[in-house]
Order: sequence, then structure tokens, then C-alpha cells
Amino acid sequence: MAELLWILVSAMLVNNFTLVLFLGLCPFMGVSGRVATALRMGLANIFVLTITSMAASFLNAFVLPYAPYLRLISFIVVIASLVQIVEMAIKKLSPTLFRELGIFLPLITTNCAILGLAIFQTNRGYDFVQGLFFALGGGLGLTLALVLMASIRETTELADVPAMARGMGLVLILAGSLSLAFMGFAGLFSS
Amino acid sequence: MRATTPREDLLRGIWRENPVLVQLLGLCPALAVTNTVANSLAMGIATFFVLLGSSVLVSSLKRWIPKEVRISAYILIIATFVTIADLVLNAVVPDIHKALGAFIALIVVNCMILGRQEAFASRRPVGRAILDAVGTGFGFLIALTLMGSFREVLGNGTFLGVRVLGEAFEPWIIMILPPGGFFTLGVILLAFGWWKERKVEQVRPRRWPHGVTTGVGGA
Repeated sequence: MAELLWILVSAMLVNNFTLVLFLGLCPFMGVSGRVATALRMGLANIFVLTITSMAASFLNAFVLPYAPYLRLISFIVVIASLVQIVEMAIKKLSPTLFRELGIFLPLITTNCAILGLAIFQTNRGYDFVQGLFFALGGGLGLTLALVLMASIRETTELADVPAMARGMGLVLILAGSLSLAFMGFAGLFSS
Repeated sequence: MRATTPREDLLRGIWRENPVLVQLLGLCPALAVTNTVANSLAMGIATFFVLLGSSVLVSSLKRWIPKEVRISAYILIIATFVTIADLVLNAVVPDIHKALGAFIALIVVNCMILGRQEAFASRRPVGRAILDAVGTGFGFLIALTLMGSFREVLGNGTFLGVRVLGEAFEPWIIMILPPGGFFTLGVILLAFGWWKERKVEQVRPRRWPHGVTTGVGGA
């Protein structure tokens, strides 16, 4: 149990997907303008990451031992089609949930956090349950980073920044400061 | 789509529409692996190869790829070239392959590559697609090398492993750590923003004082 908790906290804070491993930067830059949108994007990410983790575990256990060179291709095809199927299922079963998460699902299928999770999970040799905790921690960390960034950006909108810093330059410097802050979490487990 | 000259196709990606510095595409590798010049070069060259290979293939197969499944087809083609690049790097430069780790496989989801297939290679003849891929790939390589140089020189005092700053220089460790990636690109973009602002002011020397609105577009 302690090991699972360690995987969760490590993926969420110490090795935060966005701020430390640089995975999923496109949504981090693109949809961090509003807190409400950022939160929904984060939730959709947690959802897709969990599905991906399960799919990757199955592929690793049953298919890839026979054809290791197909790893990358099969990951991407299986993940993309699985998310598509789940999206259709949600649309049918729960239109409310679909309205909340729907537009983000196809967008994040080919985001590097998703494929990155599958590859990291394989490289570290996580089993099914460990993979699930890894995905959950990664997703929570991503959501945390997105919401923090969106809150800061909502505030800076009203600030009087120099003309040259309007736009992505400022966002990147802010992201750097957040990343610096998250490095402090590395001290959590040093003892 | 507007007609372009071959020269424009080649040069566009290098400067005016540089994928990283202007369009902010492919940020994940641009920030993650640029902590040393060697890593940046390896990533830039691998991406160049994948982009060129997939552009040629997509452009020559465009007549046979059904419109409905084109994105999946592009991703499959890209993934094939990434697998080749992954295996070649592992065989030729195992140290760098280890340092880049999962980020070689993640070239597949580099939105710059998919973007060029969708926006250019799938609509143009092979020759033009090659020019565009060379320009964009080279622009990506330049941006990565630029960032890698800043980060390695300031963060470690070396360039490609050779010491360039004297012993007295205290390395800014932060530059080779993750926050350094964000800061480097941020500062480059700020410099671009400053340069653009200055150009605008030169074109329009008379400036209204603060608080006075011109009624045309606002201050």
C-alpha cells in the first residue's frame, strides 16, 4: 500500500507530468485561460489516462511479448480507437457528461501525456494496479498544474504588463516559476 | 489554398513560421530534451528525418488515403518512421538514446509533424512537400539547438561538452533543470516581442501620450 501511495504522490507532485516531465504542454498552454475550462480539461485527462493505463497493461501482458517492435504503433492505434469508442458510449449514455468532457476527448487522445504515460509505465515495469495509481496521480497532477496556471492567468489578465510580454512569453515565464515551485516537492521523499 | 513559390515553401518554416519560436508547436521535446547541445541536435535530427520521411510518403500516397481515416493513416506512417529513428539511434548513439529516453517515441505525438501532413503534404506534390519538410525540420533543429546552447552554456559552462566559460563561472544549475526550459523559451519569446514592438514604433514614430485615445483601434 505504501508503495502505491508513493507512486501516486510521485506522479502527482514530484514528477508532475506537465511541469517537470514536460508532457501535455499543448493543453497546458492552450486551454489554461479560464479556471472552469482548465478543470474540465483536467478531468477529461484523468479519464483518458486511466483508460490508457489499462489498455497499455493489457497490451504489455498479452500482445507485445510476441512483437516488441510494434509497441509504439499498437499503443497509439489502440488508445485512439478506445477513446473514440468510449466517447461514443458517453454520448449515448450520459449527454450531460458528454457536454462537460466531450469536446476535449478527441483533442487529448494524441497528446503526449497519454502516450507518455503508456511508455513510462512500460519502461518502469508497473503491473495493472500500479499502472492505475500512476495514471491517477499523473492525471491529478496535470489537473493541479492546469488549474493553478489558469488561476494565475486570470489574474494577470488585469495586470499592466509591458507590451513585449503580452502573450506566450509571459505564460512561459509563469510556467517556469510554477515548475520551480514544484521542484520543492522533490524534498518530500529524500529521507 | 494560396499559391506559394518553392522558395517560400522552403524558407517559411525556418524563420517566419518557425514551428517552435513562432507557432509554439512541438513544445514537449523543445523543452524536455534541450538541456545539452548534443541531446538537442539528436532530437532535432531525428524529428527532421521523421518529418521528411512522412511528408514524402503522405504526399505520394495522398490519392489512395481515404479522407475519413486520413489522420489515423498519417499517425501510422509517422509512427513507422519514429520506430526506425528509435532503433537507429539505439544502435548508433546508445548514450544519447538513453538520455532522450521516452521522448524519442513521443515524436509520434509532436503536433508539428501531424500539422504539416494535414496542412501541406496531403495537398501538394512530392517535390513541394520535401521542400516544406526540409524547411520546417530545419527550423525545428535551429530552435532546439539555440535553446540547447543557451541552457548548456549557462547551466554547465560547456558547449558540446567542451568548457567555454572559465573555472570562475558558477554554473546556473537551474538552466539544465526543468524550470530552465520554460525560462529559456520565455526569455527568447520576450526578446522577439521586444524586437517586434520596436519595429512597430519605428514605423509609427508619432505616438499619442498615455490616456489619449485615437478612436482608431485604441492605444
